[in-house]
Amino acid sequence: MSAALTLLRRDVILAWREGGAIGVALGFYLVVVAITPFGLGPDLNLLARIAPGMLWVALLLAALLSADRIFHNDYEDGTLDVLTTGPLPLPVLAGVKCLAHWIATGVPLALLAPVLGLLLNLPLDAMPLLVLSMLVGTPAVSFVAGIGASLTLGLRRSGLLLALLVLPLYVPVLIFGVSTVSAAVVGPGSPWPPFLMLCALSLASIVLAPIAAAAALRTAQR
Amino acid sequence: MQSPFSVSLKARAIACERGGRTLFEDLSFALAPGEALLVRGPNGVGKTSLLRQLAGLLPLAAGGLEAPGAAEDMPVSELCHYVGHLNAAKNALTVRENLAFWTEFLGHGDGDLAGALSAFGLEDLASLPAGLLSAGQKRKLALSRLFAAPRPVWLLDEPSVSLDTAAVKRLDDAIREHLEAGGVAVVSTHVPLRTKFAHELTLDFGGEA
Repeated sequence: MSAALTLLRRDVILAWREGGAIGVALGFYLVVVAITPFGLGPDLNLLARIAPGMLWVALLLAALLSADRIFHNDYEDGTLDVLTTGPLPLPVLAGVKCLAHWIATGVPLALLAPVLGLLLNLPLDAMPLLVLSMLVGTPAVSFVAGIGASLTLGLRRSGLLLALLVLPLYVPVLIFGVSTVSAAVVGPGSPWPPFLMLCALSLASIVLAPIAAAAALRTAQR
Repeated sequence: MQSPFSVSLKARAIACERGGRTLFEDLSFALAPGEALLVRGPNGVGKTSLLRQLAGLLPLAAGGLEAPGAAEDMPVSELCHYVGHLNAAKNALTVRENLAFWTEFLGHGDGDLAGALSAFGLEDLASLPAGLLSAGQKRKLALSRLFAAPRPVWLLDEPSVSLDTAAVKRLDDAIREHLEAGGVAVVSTHVPLRTKFAHELTLDFGGEA
């Protein structure tokens, strides 16, 4: 347990210190959402209607920007080899690293989302639900990204391939994330059924993704 | 500083396959506590592969590894310190933070950060980011990991690369102290060390051992 916490703390500190990771993701999110009204024109009703979808799609892309760092840096400088000889089983190791990605990227993105919602004329009373749905949805984003990151280990310029592999897997998260927020904005129906599905998706990927990532890591180390 | 160890390392008829090619097969050795194995042979013959197999990073193509004397449920890889070609140092962390991480992560609470910092004389550099270190200093940082947590088996792959003569001597002494404490070491190196190796293994092409 303490080894897992040590690793988690180190990964979050590294994400913060190595710069780029968090700043670039937040900046990308801001820019993508900010240029949308320029492309669509100043129709406030239209913007409010597409805001949930725009915010979620941009969040997925922003989170993927830093996804290849989950394992790549540790693989490249030999740290992964030494971590493997440590007390944590490989799936736990992979899970902790995905969790660190969520803390360093998913949470800041989710907290930035309501500010960006203002740019898209998202009604104020939908903001709490927006943040909540993103906070429970982004673990699925980080953990599934971990599978992609481990599969593309050792490849040059793996970022694009990673996005290609992982984005289709985000479809369920996107659908339920958007319908949670949309239900609150335009109705009809309650936002809670899709919200609970979102929770289920996150829980399932927290359990299953580390196992898949560990298998891919083992192959990469050979 | 180091707790006395009582773990032996036994390899029974292990084989290694890389990319469909058999590097070696039917390789056996037994190291009692306090004994060291020197692995030699030309480049590409499988020295690194052998060490990675011992560390559990590469699968055994055949045979088995045992560590009599260790707790039953302890995997062999968790008894090992593996220092390979890469230094596993994080450039964004200071020397102290790097070693503190390994002390806590590998040490199970009985790690020794002060001992690790002083082992290769890195105290003066402790607050410097590892990214600013020279190649030799990074190597020392990687080797200091051996002292961050007590582990009975040291697997050293070309440990002396880019070290100066004083540091090679220090490394030599460190291996000897480790063996005197009952530890086991498997070292692959091309430079002469004064450590007495109880066993010597010369790998050769054609699967001979």
